[in-house]
Amino acid sequence: MDGIIHNNKKPTDALKIKQKYKKQSQLKEIWFRLKKNKTSVLGLIIILIIISLAIASGFIYDYDEDVINQNISERLQSPSLDHPFGTDELGRDILARIIYGSRTSLSIGFTTVVISLISGGILGAISGFYGGRIDNVIMRIMDIFLAIPGTLFAITIVAALGTSTINLMIALSISGVPRFARIVRSSVMTVKDVEFVEAARAIGANNLRIIIQHVIPNSLAPVIVQTTLQVATIILTIAGLSFLGLGVSAPQPEWGAMLSSARAYMREYSYMTLFPGLAIMITILALNLLGDGLRDALDPRLK
Amino acid sequence: MNTKSELILDIKNLKVEYRTDDGVVNAVNGLDLEIEKGQTHGLVGETGAGKTTTALSVLDLIQSPPGIIVDGKIKLEGKNIRGLKDKDMESIRGNDVSMIFQDPMTSLNPVMTIEDQIAEVIEYHESGGYKEAIEKTHEMLTMVGLPPRRGKEYPHQFSGGMKQRVVIAMALACRPKLLIADEPTTALDVTIQAQVLTLMKNLKNQYGTSMLMITHDLGIVAEICDKVSVIYAGHIIEHGDLVDIFDNTRHPYTEGLFNSLPNLQDRKAKLIPIKGLMPDPTDLPTGCPFHPRCDYAMDICTKKYPEKRYRNDQHFVECHLYDSDNIKRGGVIKRG
Amino acid sequence: MDKPLIEVKGLKKYFKTPYGMLHAVDNIDFDIYKGKTLGLVGESGCGKSTTGRTILRLLEPTAGKIFFEGEDLASFSNSKMEEKRRDLQIIFQDPFSSLNPRKTVSQTIMEPMIIHKLYKTKAQMMEKVLEIMEIVGLAERLVNTYPHELDGGRRQRIGVARALSLSPKFIVCDEPVSALDVSIQAQILNLMKELQEELGLTYLFITHDLSVVNHFSDEIAVMYLGKIVERASSEELFNNPLHPYTIALLSAIPIPDIHYKPNRIILKGEITSPIEPKNVCRFVNRCGYATEKCHLEEPELIEVSKDHHVACIKEVIEMNANKSILKN
Repeated sequence: MDGIIHNNKKPTDALKIKQKYKKQSQLKEIWFRLKKNKTSVLGLIIILIIISLAIASGFIYDYDEDVINQNISERLQSPSLDHPFGTDELGRDILARIIYGSRTSLSIGFTTVVISLISGGILGAISGFYGGRIDNVIMRIMDIFLAIPGTLFAITIVAALGTSTINLMIALSISGVPRFARIVRSSVMTVKDVEFVEAARAIGANNLRIIIQHVIPNSLAPVIVQTTLQVATIILTIAGLSFLGLGVSAPQPEWGAMLSSARAYMREYSYMTLFPGLAIMITILALNLLGDGLRDALDPRLK
Repeated sequence: MNTKSELILDIKNLKVEYRTDDGVVNAVNGLDLEIEKGQTHGLVGETGAGKTTTALSVLDLIQSPPGIIVDGKIKLEGKNIRGLKDKDMESIRGNDVSMIFQDPMTSLNPVMTIEDQIAEVIEYHESGGYKEAIEKTHEMLTMVGLPPRRGKEYPHQFSGGMKQRVVIAMALACRPKLLIADEPTTALDVTIQAQVLTLMKNLKNQYGTSMLMITHDLGIVAEICDKVSVIYAGHIIEHGDLVDIFDNTRHPYTEGLFNSLPNLQDRKAKLIPIKGLMPDPTDLPTGCPFHPRCDYAMDICTKKYPEKRYRNDQHFVECHLYDSDNIKRGGVIKRG
Repeated sequence: MDKPLIEVKGLKKYFKTPYGMLHAVDNIDFDIYKGKTLGLVGESGCGKSTTGRTILRLLEPTAGKIFFEGEDLASFSNSKMEEKRRDLQIIFQDPFSSLNPRKTVSQTIMEPMIIHKLYKTKAQMMEKVLEIMEIVGLAERLVNTYPHELDGGRRQRIGVARALSLSPKFIVCDEPVSALDVSIQAQILNLMKELQEELGLTYLFITHDLSVVNHFSDEIAVMYLGKIVERASSEELFNNPLHPYTIALLSAIPIPDIHYKPNRIILKGEITSPIEPKNVCRFVNRCGYATEKCHLEEPELIEVSKDHHVACIKEVIEMNANKSILKN
């Protein structure tokens, strides 16, 4: 074909032409679509506030001084200007502990989800793409894990290996793997039968390229949604485990653990349970709102 | 024009819009359509021309939001049916007017037997009980060439052509005055299409049902229609009977449609496509919406929408190429 | 005489189903010479698309040989086949599902060049992309658009451009225009025809639309339930169809001419199951000419006159000879 069409454009011109018609990136388009959904924007803003508070917490409060150090003289104070959320039974500032607690919840939440996403994603993609026996073996193992309730599984691991943040993260990551494997598998299975995958094979692409370039980008939407929802679930599980005394160990601040220790004072000092509870609720709500909005925003066919 | 026999459906100046985030889609823009009793009226046009929207407006089935009927009169046997209450409309749907959709696979309920589905329609609109309805269902199945014993089966046990027959049986179950068929054979193979078209032709001859046949296929029009309206960007741009449209084509768009089709008699004949693409319905061209694609476009075409010009008492064209005089003569256009 | 560019011999493709083997393509032969078009016609489920995909080894053949320039594609290893795909391309029916929704027009057209490392720099590739876009009639300004922003006709042009980007010798066109409107369909057909003339392309043109195939192909093969039942030049097939199925098929075409009154043959019954078919004529249940013999053995594809092959019994062929059905 080279001989037939003579084109005077120099190669450098070609890139300039491409540049000339450059449009907003797909990321910007997704943002544009997400913007239309007001509630999910609200969710996003709340999450961004929580994350920046978690990062900035070191500048606002001193960890040893405000969060760990017991100050019996100021114990059980109601909210005031000095202590906007009041103090707990050991005289520590509840606001400071909640802000530092967000570090624990968010870091464990996001790390475990990333670990389960990557391992579950790879297993699911292999399962869905190749099918047959490989699929059968992987998915039956996943089913076994899925049969054990996540919290119970975490309790077992923590009980066996001892209470520590690392053990907690291992337990939560493993219990998240089958969920991601299932979602990635089903979405890969739908995508791999679409004609453009066949088209990619027809131009000589090998399996690796097909999976990375064509299958994964088109199966991401449900996975991203699941990720945000899973972070919420994990934060809730950590809170639950800490409430039972199996999660983060004292005196490290954690929302669930705070709720647990505040339980005894609920009648007289209800603010002690109110604020950590609100923190959990708002974070979970925000993540769920964002997840819902992302689902729609990530589909390029919806406008 | 008193020679016209009684009208079953009379649409005047219908305007339908879809109001979306990206702008207002002007789907139907002042459309007039008259269907005479006992006739099969073809509505021909391409994707997005407003064919289906027109049909759905008749049954008040336009999804709202975003769709909204902005203006127009729709009369069924002389009685206004636009803006009726939901309850009154329900008694018209299926009873007076019924519709066949393009895809027979999706218009049947997969978990109900065929005869129960047809009987349901009959029971809903007629006073008799279930037993009577089933009896009538078997009659209908025989009529469309299916053995009644197969009524006990489920849709997935039927092939595409048979499903479309079931849909036709269902649509005709209450002996509607008007049958709207929206591309009823597009999803079918050509030999099955021939069967279904023959069936529809026979039914028309036997029962005198009036029909609005929506299609993009001029071959089907030639085969079963009496009258033809060509629709483009929500306007009827040419209307007439078969002889008017096929042998005395006047509008450049109609001509373009004919020239785009491969000629079976002369396989070497080059196709002459219509240049360009369907206009964006959120941003229709000014004047005549066809002018950017038209080889005969003149200055005035960009400014003013053309009025109807009659070649005889029924055949009209909406095009600036014609005045009341030259439309009767050979016309401007030559078949390619 | 030259050797054909592509030669298919005894091609079979069976699929396993819970009810037995589905004979999608059952022992078919054909060849196509360079620069020519073979039309493959048939109704849904007759195996025409499977044939196209099996030839390109997008599906693995169950048996048979596919000679391309003398080499048997069926014997190639996967990696050798991946390389060979430069010469063999496909255009798909559905311009919506055959394009990756997350790739821009230029990314889609460029991908084959990246895979086969045709050019050294990105700029050279981009130049080529623009060249091809011009050939298939896509405006320059569309380089960075995504498929969902374009209409069916333009999307199909992207599909054509992607196939062309490797300068292939042979293209399987799997119903390339059936999803398009009539006026756009004519545009794409003309484009493909021009490309064939300019670049000397060879096409296998798969379609259910008989008027399109007649216009587009030099030779036509009619398929029924995995078998080729008749093969002849387009002219011969339309003027002198011999197989009862071909005749029924031709008579069923709705013709946009009100003076033409077809002598329509309405087939009774529906297509029989392609799962574990018996060794008899597969058309026998719907055939108006069927004799006892037809229920006993399967007729072979025989050459009845030069380059006109029919798989039917002699009596019927003789009866149908020179009985044109398309004349007014």
